[in-house]
Amino acid sequence: MAAGTGSGSTVSAIFSPVRIWLLLPSWVSIGFFLLLPVLLMLVYSFLTKEFRGGVIWEFSLASYDQFLFDRGLFGDAPAVMKWTYINIFIRSILQATGATILCLLIGFPTAYFIATRPIQSRTMWLFLITVPYWVNLLIRTVSMKFLIRDTGPLNELLLNIGLIDAPLHVINTNFAVQLGLFYSYLPFMVLPIYASVERYNFTFSEVASDLYASKITILWSIILPVVKPGIIAGSILVFVPSLGAFLAPDLLGGAKTFMIGSLVEDQFKGNAGNWPFGAAVSMILLSLVLVVLMFYVRAQQRDQT
Amino acid sequence: MNRTFDIKHYRGFFGITCLCLVILYGPLIIVMVYSFNDSVSITNWGGVSLRWYIEIFTGLESAKFKAAAWNSFTIAIMAATVSTVIATAASIGMIRGGNFKGKFASFALISLPIMVPEIVTAVATLIFFSTIGFKLGTLSILVAHTVFCIPFAYLPISARLQGIDASYEEAAQDLFANRWMTFRYVLMPIMWPGILAGFLLAFIISLDDFIITNFIKGAGIETLPTAIFGSVKQGIKPNIMALSTLLLLFSIALVTLSYFIGKRGEANQKSQQ
Amino acid sequence: MILKTFIGAAALALVANSAVAEGKLSVYHWFEYIPAELVQKFSKKYDVEVTIDTYDSNESMLASLKAGTMGSYDVAVPGDYMVEIMVGLGLLDTIAEGELTNINNIEDQWLNVPFDLGRQHSIPYQWGSTSFSVNRDVYSGNINTTDIIFNPPEQLKGKINVLDAQGEVMALAALHLGMPQCSTDREQLKSLDALLQSAKEHWASFGSDTAKDVLVSGDAAVGMIWNGYGARARAEGANIEYSYPDQGYVVWMDNVVLLNDAPNRANAIIFMDFLLEPENIAAVTNYAMYADGIKDSTEFLDAALATSPEHNPRAGAGAGVFVAVCDQTTQEVYDQIWTRLRS
Repeated sequence: MAAGTGSGSTVSAIFSPVRIWLLLPSWVSIGFFLLLPVLLMLVYSFLTKEFRGGVIWEFSLASYDQFLFDRGLFGDAPAVMKWTYINIFIRSILQATGATILCLLIGFPTAYFIATRPIQSRTMWLFLITVPYWVNLLIRTVSMKFLIRDTGPLNELLLNIGLIDAPLHVINTNFAVQLGLFYSYLPFMVLPIYASVERYNFTFSEVASDLYASKITILWSIILPVVKPGIIAGSILVFVPSLGAFLAPDLLGGAKTFMIGSLVEDQFKGNAGNWPFGAAVSMILLSLVLVVLMFYVRAQQRDQT
Repeated sequence: MNRTFDIKHYRGFFGITCLCLVILYGPLIIVMVYSFNDSVSITNWGGVSLRWYIEIFTGLESAKFKAAAWNSFTIAIMAATVSTVIATAASIGMIRGGNFKGKFASFALISLPIMVPEIVTAVATLIFFSTIGFKLGTLSILVAHTVFCIPFAYLPISARLQGIDASYEEAAQDLFANRWMTFRYVLMPIMWPGILAGFLLAFIISLDDFIITNFIKGAGIETLPTAIFGSVKQGIKPNIMALSTLLLLFSIALVTLSYFIGKRGEANQKSQQ
Repeated sequence: MILKTFIGAAALALVANSAVAEGKLSVYHWFEYIPAELVQKFSKKYDVEVTIDTYDSNESMLASLKAGTMGSYDVAVPGDYMVEIMVGLGLLDTIAEGELTNINNIEDQWLNVPFDLGRQHSIPYQWGSTSFSVNRDVYSGNINTTDIIFNPPEQLKGKINVLDAQGEVMALAALHLGMPQCSTDREQLKSLDALLQSAKEHWASFGSDTAKDVLVSGDAAVGMIWNGYGARARAEGANIEYSYPDQGYVVWMDNVVLLNDAPNRANAIIFMDFLLEPENIAAVTNYAMYADGIKDSTEFLDAALATSPEHNPRAGAGAGVFVAVCDQTTQEVYDQIWTRLRS
């Protein structure tokens, strides 16, 4: 990009005396309106819930207790490990994993293909891939819903050409949710992988081929390890938002299977009205995400050494 | 080299790429096509017509959607503007501020809104506003959006700034320019495509946001996504599809604009070398 | 420079847009319930700008009010049992004697209701029943039993939509088991929980605002639904029949209440008076297809409503019951059961 005739360095300290002032607005706005609220949410998860919604400022472990333990319908049975909420988390993790794998299966070949196009058409391909991302997620989810419902265009098409006899019942199933998540976040998988493959030096492939390696071997043993950072980045960019997703399970899943996002939403806007519990679930989700991110950072650092 | 043996080529990858594009565009195109459907029932095709587009602007629900659109766009413009300014300052501080202790922490803080899952942000913000007694309304949405957009604006801006040779600014300093002049007359013109890309990205992010807005909007305030969501739950009607198509086309226009600005920026830069 | 004027202009425009009409009214209302033309009529007549926010269940309305929107809305439209709860929580303002000029338009039977004696906080709005509608193209057997929802026949398994409304679902379940609502008997509560868990296997989805659409589009063959909403689904082409189960069904009355800290209290009273006029309330009845509690509204009602099956319980149907308000202990058990159901 910038090929100056100067020192060539792009990090300088010209603005360092004023850097506090430059950085202060972002520190204050994010610190005050995001970091502080998250900490407050942590506090909330340890408060007592008020009957029919609201919170009482008294310390209580009730929310975490409710998450982990089943004390019976009446609250007085001996504590037994409760799987309901843990299942919701497991289900969400599985859904997110399913969506990530789907994205990988379709996204990797796509990214590879685009990266191996001649330079002029490459930007066009990238443009084509990114445009749908810019469309509102809600609209994309709704159009997917419209497409796959029992009386929708997809089923009509398949029925008309005789591939199936009865409508494929996809809507309101787990698969519909995974499809929705996959559809929402596919570009997030393609772009990082593309960036990695673009930097790959294809002379490696040529050398390997000269040494009689088959294309499959080249792909598996040479290209994949080099492209791994991109694959991991893409996977995280798909997995993390899918974990906390709300729109796909609500609109495509029939609101029958709660995922983490629906569980939290129900506490604050729906029927449940248990704020401390909603805060607790959010904290657990956040911790889960932070753990995933830490693994990523650790893996990055290891790769670089 | 043997020209029919392309080491880069893998059979089937082209097919999968096409499948990918079909999957990405299919539902959107279907929605667009059906938005021109003349019949009230969305499953039967009744001929081509623009009636639903007319209805969005003049029909019964038009007042609601107009108000929602107005809210969405004004909030998006203001949030994008403020967050772009903050992000520009932050990127200069980070990239041209030398090395300092806590640089990593600063970067983590700036990226925080992207790292935290949207639902968690929504919940935390709601709890926070409710605890400090901040009345929910348009202003609450604006504040939340601005904060949320900062990292999105930051990414393209800092990416661009990182690619700019520092020698231009050093030259300006040698010529006794103060820091503001250095920024205004040297950095900003070159950073300009990045700043604009950041603004557009922040704008789209704010315009599209649903989850956070849904949580913290006050009484009587709707944005386009929340209005569409409420309407969609009651049934996908053709006027929603027309509205979705309009939004879709608007988004595409913005991306194309951003793309061309990016290209012109690069062309300008090349011509300056 | 340009940027600054830009921000200034946008800010000014944003503020300006929110201060247009003389008076305002902020209404918190069930979704898709009041016809837009009626709102416009009120708006023009009294020069009041009306904003309407919607909710899809009594419980989420309460959750939202407790979450911080008290003081933003003037009126809300809770169901009978929710009025009682709100009175208990001190969320409702009192209407003084004589404040409502049209109060004598209320039919006698709806004047002194158990959940608001003397109508100090509310006026009747619409009343109706909650049961379920079955798509006759899919199933032609006997539909007048709650077994359809809780113990469905083969053809209907997996095609049932249930309202996302705790009060009504639990009440219907209690009717199915023949047990009293808000029972404190542990065995009965356990059986309620067991019934719901086993029935859930056969349900396709939970949705209140989707209740009409799933029947019209065919996504569901059985939909738990309010009678008027069901009538509208039928009017939109769904080949459905509304059920009056032998075990009984739920009846309800929605009421317009005056909220505490209403920002536009005077306009709220005017609005309530407006809705007590027979011609106006009939517009709501014709749109939502329920029934109102105002004298002399019949002359303005659509003739079709009188003979509509959703408004005429069949002879031999079980009794219609109101949802009961439980004491705190039992309510917490109910909350537990519902959470287990929805998770």
